[in-house]
Amino acid sequence: MGFEVSEIRRDFPILSRKVHGKPLVYFDNAATTQKPKSLISALSAFYENHNGNIHRGAHTLSEEATTLVEESRQKTASFINAPKPETIIFTRNATEAINLVAHSWGRKFLKAGDEIILTELEHHSNLVPWQMLAAEKSVKLRFIPIDKNGNLDLSAAEKLFSGKTKLVAFTAASNVLGTLPPVKEIISLAKQAGAKTLVDASQWTPHFKTDIKAWDPDFLVFSAHKMLGPTGLGVLYGRESLLEAMDPFLGGGDMIERVELESFTPNVLPAKFEAGTPAIAETAVFPEALKYLSQIGFAAIEEQEQRLLKRALEILKNEPEVELYGSPFPENRGGVISFNLKGLHSHDVGTSLDLEGVAVRTGHHCCQPLMRRLGIGGTARASFYFYNTLEEVEIFGRALRKTIEFFKPKLKTAGAK
Amino acid sequence: MEGDQELKELYQDVLLDYSQSGAHKGTIQGADFHSHGINPVCGDEIEITMKTGNAGDLIEKIRYSGHGCVISQASSAMMAECLEGKTPKQARELVAAFKDMMLSKTPLEALPSELAAMKSLEGVRKFPLRVKCATLAWNTIQKSFPEEKTA
Repeated sequence: MGFEVSEIRRDFPILSRKVHGKPLVYFDNAATTQKPKSLISALSAFYENHNGNIHRGAHTLSEEATTLVEESRQKTASFINAPKPETIIFTRNATEAINLVAHSWGRKFLKAGDEIILTELEHHSNLVPWQMLAAEKSVKLRFIPIDKNGNLDLSAAEKLFSGKTKLVAFTAASNVLGTLPPVKEIISLAKQAGAKTLVDASQWTPHFKTDIKAWDPDFLVFSAHKMLGPTGLGVLYGRESLLEAMDPFLGGGDMIERVELESFTPNVLPAKFEAGTPAIAETAVFPEALKYLSQIGFAAIEEQEQRLLKRALEILKNEPEVELYGSPFPENRGGVISFNLKGLHSHDVGTSLDLEGVAVRTGHHCCQPLMRRLGIGGTARASFYFYNTLEEVEIFGRALRKTIEFFKPKLKTAGAK
Repeated sequence: MEGDQELKELYQDVLLDYSQSGAHKGTIQGADFHSHGINPVCGDEIEITMKTGNAGDLIEKIRYSGHGCVISQASSAMMAECLEGKTPKQARELVAAFKDMMLSKTPLEALPSELAAMKSLEGVRKFPLRVKCATLAWNTIQKSFPEEKTA
């Protein structure tokens, strides 16, 4: 392995805290990841030394802050192998990035009768913006179905494409099942149909190498906070010609070139899509997260996550009270596991694990249609990152056992199928 | 073992028993009032139906249906038991008293005697995200109370 887990854990101060008197086991990384000391101190250092509003300030602080933000754009572009820094638009989060595309591209270029293809795996953030657009423009939404293991049914997908297909928007890694859809194949299907593509890489970019030139999507979005970065910062990559052709998103300062009392002309990329004061400090320090990930390396990250995933799946599969969702095999899937304890609601499982110091997410994970597809109301979800350890997986397993032992004798439904 | 103690305090036996009680589960056909609630945190839904008597001045029967956690199911069952036989005015006051207790606006001791069973939900107050599980049924039934008669 490329790194010593016990050593890198020292870089994450929060990992040594206790919860309910027990050492924290943080398995909610798909929701947000913890931050390394280098990023936390960079945030203070920014406010202590360089804080100023960006652009148009003819003073040193403004220049320094502007430089840091633009350097962050360059580093982000190179991190995902995007052709130019101007193709990187900073947003508040991945959700806003998708809304930007739905608003600025969708409203301008889609018309009644056009079709958008999504998948049954999507997060609400890659569903609702398209539903809003569909209602406004009489556009039809179609969905690539999943099979029993939570993989996309590509033969069914092929039948959805037609001359009416204008966009395919899909996740590169499911936040519920850990499914890793075949991104390249889907993009190639879309290209054959002449459709644009949007990849929701929120759960991909933190764990695997993102290569814009290799995938060649039209749009790709992700969130900084799910990859060691600060909250309040999302990224939209867009093909330059499309970003140029699209209308602006929010109106205000920075996104204009010239303003009259009754009209404006939009600014050039990327400022055209970045109205108002952005998350300056967060953007300025985001490269610390990118640097950290590059130093560890995605090969080592994947290796560690696979190790954790394998052991966790083993524990869960050996537990008769556990209902597992998604593929039961660790190969070709992300470090996210959704499960339920038979006869118990995921919230009760989540609270019981929390009392053992184990943080998991519970409920519908912003994927209500997927939950309905699986015939359940919600799941408990354990999601790993490279700083998690095998020992933590064992603690999780013991906490789960304890939960079963506590509830099973007291609930007639628990343990029942 | 801090966590063990807390688990027992949160999930008291009486709570677990109520959560499995079928006594008030179901739907009243031809109900006088019904309302629907969703817990936005988890997406759990509840349907409450209510039959009134005495020209709308007496809550005769309450039934709830839907899927939920131990806390929401137990709270629904206890609520139905506590509010049956009350006038809408009394029920409205009891709902307010329960919610005040859950939101820690009033101490446990201030709970009216009719709500004694609800003391078993005391432990939930320490888990702000779970308070909504306990109050779901109460917020939902509130929407279905008949209008208060103006004298």
